[in-house]
Amino acid sequence: MATLSLNDVRKSYGKTEVIHGVSIDVEDGEFVVIVGPSGCGKSTLLRMVAGLEEITRGTIDIGGREVNKLEPRERDIAMVFQNYALYPHMSVFDNMAYGLRIAGIKGDDLKARVGKAAEMLGLTTLLDRKPRQLSGGQRQRVAMGRALVREPSAFLFDEPLSNLDAKLRVSMRLQIKDLQRRVATTSLYVTHDQVEAMTLADRLIVMNKGVAEQIATPMEIYDNPANVFVAGFIGSPAMNFFPARIEGGHLHLADGSQLPAPAGVSEGSVILGIRPEHLMPAPLDAEGSLSVRVLAVETLGADAFVHATLGDGDADAIVFRVPGHDRPAEGERVSLMVEPGKAHVFDAATERRIAEA
Amino acid sequence: MAEGLVGTSRRSLTLAHVLLILGCVIVAFPIYYVTVASTHSLRTILNPPLPMLPGPETIENYREAVSGGINRIGGVGVDRLLLNTTIVALGIAFGKIVISMASAYAIVFFRFPLRMVCFWLIFITLMLPVEVRILPTYKVMVDLGLIDTYAGLILPLIASATATLLFRQFFMTIPNELFEAARVDGAGPWRFFKDILLPLSATNIAALFVILFIYGWTQYLWPLLVTNSNSMNTIVIALRKMISFADADTPWDLVMVTCVLAILPPVLIVVLMQRWFVKGLVETEK
Amino acid sequence: MNRATFPHFWLPLLLIAPQLAISAIFFYWPAVQALYQSVLREDPFGLRSTFVGLANFRNVLADPAYLNAAQVTVVFSLLTAGFSMAIALLLAVQAEKVVRGRGFYRTLMIWPYAVAPAIAGMLWLFMFNPSFGTLAAIPRALGIRWDPLLNSSQAMGLVVAAASWKQISYNFLFFVAGLQAIPKSLIEASAIDGAGPVRRFWTIVFPLLAPTTFFLLVVNTVYALFDTFGIIHAVTSGGPGKSTETLVYKVYNDGFVNLLLGSSAAQSVMLMVLVICLTAFQFKYIERKVHYG
Repeated sequence: MATLSLNDVRKSYGKTEVIHGVSIDVEDGEFVVIVGPSGCGKSTLLRMVAGLEEITRGTIDIGGREVNKLEPRERDIAMVFQNYALYPHMSVFDNMAYGLRIAGIKGDDLKARVGKAAEMLGLTTLLDRKPRQLSGGQRQRVAMGRALVREPSAFLFDEPLSNLDAKLRVSMRLQIKDLQRRVATTSLYVTHDQVEAMTLADRLIVMNKGVAEQIATPMEIYDNPANVFVAGFIGSPAMNFFPARIEGGHLHLADGSQLPAPAGVSEGSVILGIRPEHLMPAPLDAEGSLSVRVLAVETLGADAFVHATLGDGDADAIVFRVPGHDRPAEGERVSLMVEPGKAHVFDAATERRIAEA
Repeated sequence: MAEGLVGTSRRSLTLAHVLLILGCVIVAFPIYYVTVASTHSLRTILNPPLPMLPGPETIENYREAVSGGINRIGGVGVDRLLLNTTIVALGIAFGKIVISMASAYAIVFFRFPLRMVCFWLIFITLMLPVEVRILPTYKVMVDLGLIDTYAGLILPLIASATATLLFRQFFMTIPNELFEAARVDGAGPWRFFKDILLPLSATNIAALFVILFIYGWTQYLWPLLVTNSNSMNTIVIALRKMISFADADTPWDLVMVTCVLAILPPVLIVVLMQRWFVKGLVETEK
Repeated sequence: MNRATFPHFWLPLLLIAPQLAISAIFFYWPAVQALYQSVLREDPFGLRSTFVGLANFRNVLADPAYLNAAQVTVVFSLLTAGFSMAIALLLAVQAEKVVRGRGFYRTLMIWPYAVAPAIAGMLWLFMFNPSFGTLAAIPRALGIRWDPLLNSSQAMGLVVAAASWKQISYNFLFFVAGLQAIPKSLIEASAIDGAGPVRRFWTIVFPLLAPTTFFLLVVNTVYALFDTFGIIHAVTSGGPGKSTETLVYKVYNDGFVNLLLGSSAAQSVMLMVLVICLTAFQFKYIERKVHYG
């Protein structure tokens, strides 16, 4: 049990800086997920916490103790790897016991601790097996068990579910969440999957190109994305963006349609962002609606996603969601209303969020 | 291809068996021949054709060879020759494995200044076989007082790039994550080597052991150079001496026995450890 | 991703030191000495040596005995590599056809690998010894005056036979591995295209086996050049005349028996260049092999 803090952590390879100063205080028992596209530096950041990568600048504290110069084993952390990294020649028991044995724990104490972790993960009957005799999900659980048994100050997860099939991923996700709640160990979890990030996290770090774009709870990030990148990355299907101008108290879109402008925003170029779920079909050509032409309809059953273009032009496609049984036809013209207060306005130059409309 | 699959007719299958049996006869015959010869009396050997079945002198010949017969021709007992050869073969096999594992471990799992220079220095020794530096190497041996010593027979042969390259290649297939998991579990260099790397290398080591044992046992030029005293000869060199000084009195029956004793241990190792040997051979070279 | 490593500094140097030390003492120092010796000439008593530039090399290359050794080496290598690879390929193709007994055949086929080259030579000498070798009766029955210790081509024939015989195991194992790596679907596809067994072999199997064949060609050349020293030393000692004196045998003979230090060193250096070329060729080829998958 411990807090974990990163203070302006930076990483450079030669002269190229790849992590540009990340700071966060993770509270004791908190589950923080680092999410971002591949190459954004999230794994590097995690590996710096683990002690597998050197920290170029800044400090990392675990449990109030600076760990910059400590070896991984001295940091009191445990890590779950993407490919599980189970020792292929050792049984499940020995895999889980290895770290404890190195720490000098033997005999009944060792057996008890491995036994307890195995029971929590439903691995008791598999303890004598070798990794190659296990299914993907079972291997994943052993990797979890190996971390759990150490009773560390913090768990580090490096994309632990990305090698599992979709169904197993959902059930493992729930298990990880449940387990973390029960042992209440501070956790740092890296993933590129925003659904995993949203469902697991107490707090999220959205990273892009080595920068922590936003650190907040999942719902706060969903409701108030700090900038265009975060807004586009979190949410599925992704948010629709429209270039627009604010002039005379109105938002002017490229096709000539107008929406009321938010208060307190000066005139100029902006980017308007609206999530697919906040665009609702309205009576044709209703006041303050957007007129779109349907390009294609993807039916999912309960819902359907409609791809359309604004006006008659060939502007970028926008996506909105309709009930599965009530969907427009291809080529049809549809009017859409924006749910009040759910549109986001970003500065066109800085891409930072400046208002909601 | 399995029988009955594409185009393996009954006739071509029969032909295949005939050719293979013929091939095996040719390949095995020289060894069979000397083995049979070692069981006959000198008189039978000197009056060809040699009978194609083992003769009545088996026990007699071998007893005589072991109890001093070979000592009389070569000036050293066969037990000593076998001991020397075994020491050399095992020394080379173990020495090479230990040294090349250590250097491959350093090259793959550590970063240190001039790492690649060290690697190339080892690699280039591939291009300097004993044969191209015979005299100066001999001089080094003389200067270091290594003539007629086991160290002299073994040491110069245990630094080989091939074994180091093999281990390097194998170590590089160990996933990064496995290494990192071990580090997070608290394993330092020694524990990682002993608990993870060594068990995972077991089959490679076994395969390499067979190949190196054969390599050591069949050495010729090197033992020829660094042994003057008969008592330090390997069995192969001793055999060559017996033959080159052959005359009317040479007890060929005992020479044949020595020959069988020189062939038998490595053949047994190759046949008994066939699985590792074949795997090792095909993988070392590729 | 880059290889993850331990942060230690001295430990790796300690680990690599033994191999570097042995390489330096027994490989690099003598090789440098050979280079140095090759430009010196010692007086007959070994008391003084003078720098002679490339004179040793010129002398060696102008020496008919050296050219003879080079020619002997080429003939010996070509014959040895040719015979052992052809026989091994024939047998490997047959072994691919059969299912029953494959392990048995392989077990018999690998014996010669374990036999020292010198002993391989002796075995063939025993069998074909003109006075008591049983098989000497075969050439005699063909009307040949059989005496490999006096007749040059017979001597060459004997050492080539012994050298090829010893190498069959090695080539056989590699050809079998190469054949097994050829996807069965390709052979089946060509059969469906109407190719008969012989055509299938020459148009599909043999070309796909090319990487293995190239590789074996290099290995067999190196083997014939160097590893066969024992066969020649034990069976013919380079004779009769100098008809089986290969380059390596000549280096040894000139250095150790005739004590021509400068000449022997110059020959060593030329051999070194040959090995470097062969090794470079082999590794270039291995690079290529990556593309074959």
